[in-house]
Amino acid sequence: MVIGIVLAILVFRLFYVPNDFESGERGFMYSYYRQSNELEWENQPIKYLDTGKQHMHEFCIECHSHEVEIRTEDLHGVIACENCHGPALDHPIHPEKLEIDRSREVCLRCHTLLTYTTSERKRIPGIDPKEHMTEYECVECHNPHNPRLEDM
Amino acid sequence: MKRRDFLKKSILVIAGASVPLSALQMVDPKKVLAENLDIHWAFLIDTFKCVGCGFCVKACKTENNIPFEANVTRTWVERYVYTKDDRRYIDSPKGALYGYTDPRIDMGMGEYKEIDPDNVGKAFFVPKLCNHCITPPCTQVCPVGATYKADNGVVLVDRSWCIGCGYCIMACPYGARFFHPTLHVADKCTFCYHRITKGMDTACVNACPFGARKMCNIRDIDDPITKIIMNQRVGVLKDEFGTKPQAFYIGLAQEVR
Repeated sequence: MVIGIVLAILVFRLFYVPNDFESGERGFMYSYYRQSNELEWENQPIKYLDTGKQHMHEFCIECHSHEVEIRTEDLHGVIACENCHGPALDHPIHPEKLEIDRSREVCLRCHTLLTYTTSERKRIPGIDPKEHMTEYECVECHNPHNPRLEDM
Repeated sequence: MKRRDFLKKSILVIAGASVPLSALQMVDPKKVLAENLDIHWAFLIDTFKCVGCGFCVKACKTENNIPFEANVTRTWVERYVYTKDDRRYIDSPKGALYGYTDPRIDMGMGEYKEIDPDNVGKAFFVPKLCNHCITPPCTQVCPVGATYKADNGVVLVDRSWCIGCGYCIMACPYGARFFHPTLHVADKCTFCYHRITKGMDTACVNACPFGARKMCNIRDIDDPITKIIMNQRVGVLKDEFGTKPQAFYIGLAQEVR
């Protein structure tokens, strides 16, 4: 009876467990897995395509070279385009136009006044969101691509 | 059988059984290869540069389809505020998905702690994510072999094989794992496996405006980030657990764990 159950489990296991189940380089304890799963993770779709300032916005500059150039290098130039413009996905085919986040919330992520003198936050000008121009969106007065106050 | 004979024989058996095992381990070619792999991913976080904007959390959630409003996230940012009367406050509302737009500390359960700006001694932000440990406790406890450490150092979860028992979520000392609210499997940071294998940076590294997050191949000693990890004073979280984390931090404080 017991031998029968063990045999049944072994036979079931033979058919149920995928063939590519085996140990990786790290041995049984850390990597005993379905090897093809690595490929499944590799084939997930990429959404964000811009490469950021370090690579001069490699993806966006192909079509929007003018816009990338006029961005003031020393201020908002460090922010990746897609942080506000949304993930590119297959843009310009799908979606044809990106949905731009123009909300106050996106600016307040950095520009809420926090009096943290020991953090890098001290270098960013901040406002109190409950007092500063509460009825308006920031972009109605400030140009997000050239935020210098003297150019307003 | 005499007691002396029994002891002699058992010593012989144990010695005989242990010799081939150790001999095998010494010449195991897989182990030798593992020492010389070309790629082993590591992460470097500079806490001095983080301003707590939370763009990394937003990018991660979008890139990896983690439900936005659910209170789970693969990466998050913590805020540490020390007051001059030596009180310490730590919070991370929604994992800083929308950044820190409130000077008050979120104490949980809808309570907020007002802090006098003049009383703030030091304050800083610490981004966190899966440490992709060299000896991960989470993969050891998985009863079905659904989570594993890939040969390039990334700890992954097999979504179709995971039974959702939650052992790995309990085992992780860093709280980096969570239960996926719609897929009902364990989920965690994959170092954006689909991006790094194609030569791109992870979504969070890309989104960080201040360069607080960096990735590197720690086996490539010419990589500038690898050089920072090798030459500068970096720390890891919960070193005493022996997990050998691969996320290195610049500017760690004792309270950051």
